[in-house]
Amino acid sequence: MLRYIAQRLAQAAVIVAIVAAITFALIHLAPGDPFSAVMDNPNVSETVRQTLRAQYGLDRPLPEQFVRYVSSLAHGELGWSFSHERPVREVLGRALPNTLLLMGVALVGSFTLGILIALIQVARRGSVTDQVLSGLSLFFFSMPDFWLAILALLTFTYWLPIFPVGGAVDPVMHEYLGLGGRLVDRLRHLALPALTLTVLASAAVARYQRAALLDVLPADYIRTARLKGLTEREILRRHALRNALLPIISLVGLSFPALLTGAFFVEKIFAWPGMGYAVVNAIGTRDYPLVVGGVIIGSIMVTLGSLLSDLLYALADPRLRSH
Amino acid sequence: MTAPLLSIRDLRTWFYTEAGVARAVDGVSFDIGSGETLGIVGESGCGKSVTALSILRLIQPPGRIEQGSVIEFEGKDLVTLGDDEIRDIRGNRISMIFQEPMSALNPVFMVGDQVAEVARVHARVSRKDAWDRAVEMLALTGIPDAEARARQYPHQLSGGMRQRVLIAMALMMKPALVIADEPTTALDVTIQAQILDLLVDLQKKIGTAILMITHDLGVIAETASRVIVMYAGEVVEQAEVDELFAKPHHPYTEGLMHSMPHIGHDQERLNVIPGTVPAPTEWPAGCRFRERCPYSWDLCDREHPPLYQIGSGHVSRCHLAIEPGRRNHPHPPLVVKAGVAAA
Repeated sequence: MLRYIAQRLAQAAVIVAIVAAITFALIHLAPGDPFSAVMDNPNVSETVRQTLRAQYGLDRPLPEQFVRYVSSLAHGELGWSFSHERPVREVLGRALPNTLLLMGVALVGSFTLGILIALIQVARRGSVTDQVLSGLSLFFFSMPDFWLAILALLTFTYWLPIFPVGGAVDPVMHEYLGLGGRLVDRLRHLALPALTLTVLASAAVARYQRAALLDVLPADYIRTARLKGLTEREILRRHALRNALLPIISLVGLSFPALLTGAFFVEKIFAWPGMGYAVVNAIGTRDYPLVVGGVIIGSIMVTLGSLLSDLLYALADPRLRSH
Repeated sequence: MTAPLLSIRDLRTWFYTEAGVARAVDGVSFDIGSGETLGIVGESGCGKSVTALSILRLIQPPGRIEQGSVIEFEGKDLVTLGDDEIRDIRGNRISMIFQEPMSALNPVFMVGDQVAEVARVHARVSRKDAWDRAVEMLALTGIPDAEARARQYPHQLSGGMRQRVLIAMALMMKPALVIADEPTTALDVTIQAQILDLLVDLQKKIGTAILMITHDLGVIAETASRVIVMYAGEVVEQAEVDELFAKPHHPYTEGLMHSMPHIGHDQERLNVIPGTVPAPTEWPAGCRFRERCPYSWDLCDREHPPLYQIGSGHVSRCHLAIEPGRRNHPHPPLVVKAGVAAA
């Protein structure tokens, strides 16, 4: 088991390295650089820009820049963020908890909601309820995340202004609130982005879970459960769900990247000060180190997520536990 | 004779498929007495398993037990019983053992828990008590070191062990009737005899009746006291086991006997009854065995034979009962060598 984990971690390291290299190349190949994009100020002369570029080594050939970047990585340094004028580590260190909070809530929420919806559907399979829920889940499954985010923003902050427009906390009042008030303030800011992500991801979970449950129901051991005198509900919840959860555990790993990219756009729209918000803005300002740093952290999260879901799967299936 | 434990009258279980109405079980009647072992024998598709599943109302759509069918058990009609009441009977008063011991056990639960679950549903005992009873029952089925085995998962047990687990599950509540649907078919020959012995042994201890469903006359001979032969959704012959083996009346029964391989006989090929069972969506109007029967004459085409009384407790659905002489007329062989029939 430990050997397997070590192997997977080695694989993950290779993947992260490749992703970092590709991102590095792509963002440098994009037109412009930190000093043409950020400082569109006409008062900054071309000579000043050239000096700045030379100062940060951006006038060097790309391979040389890459080698220098990798060596700084090897020292545990993610570089200097031009736009934030702070180390990348610090910028991401501040943003990461917000993203983890958003994704964590969405992950737990969407799997709980999705599995519940699937159970309701399968318990009443073929009924109108089942069909309506199937239609709804297909609708949200097909909807782009940024579109739903904008709709939610428009609906709940403009037409029906019950939630704040953006940010993680109220920029002015938060400081002056008591402990309870701060918590409420945080939750109110979290509500819309978390809800957007949850609804989208739960649609996918519900669809997979429903199919997995229907796959399991014709099995002989379900008939055995019926034979014991269990009710259909008990059969569904105990015998069917426990088996049908196995493929869904893999989905946790698979949904990690989708949730992360989803979070990038949703964060941008709700101005949620997470990694996605930071990285999307950094792309606009050509803040090279911040983009690459963000992508490295993101790909570490994705690879660890998939490793975690594989381990969970092995834990949940007794047939795999001994291996 | 006292009132039978289970009394089935005119059971019809039909499946409404796209190809038409499949009358898988089509007017079956029989009784089982307390503690008795009744065998049902017949080839695949004759309706024996559907009969078994009908008794516990485990027929899934598009299948349906038709109106007018009666399954009387301990004074209740199982066909019209409410869902809660039939659940009360399943696993408690009537239980069942299946052919596939691997797939009949849930792969993600410990076998002990799966056995204990029966007690927790029907006896309302604590988790601990149910577990103890499960271990006790597993030990009774001859599983060595039952306490440790109970903590294992189905994939860690051999086929024979798994079947013992299913038997423990079936006998947990000391039911009045156990339906055993091909309980040994999926097992190694050496294990088959052990499992049959175990069943008969436990039957004596608990006093349960057994409905033994099989395609194997050998299993019938070893376990049953009375036997029903089914063909094309109907009972075609019923008799005491000794009587049936000594004097089979229905040509189908006779064919089954001739198809049994015999140890010691030098047989390169097995005997088979030529032809196949007709499709259940289109049973022929007259005798359903007519197409495969060497003795058949025009009456068999015209008239669906009733169950004729042949002897004491012996009935047969064959017109030969009224014209026994025809059996001696020249006729083609009842069984042929396997492989020849296909040509």
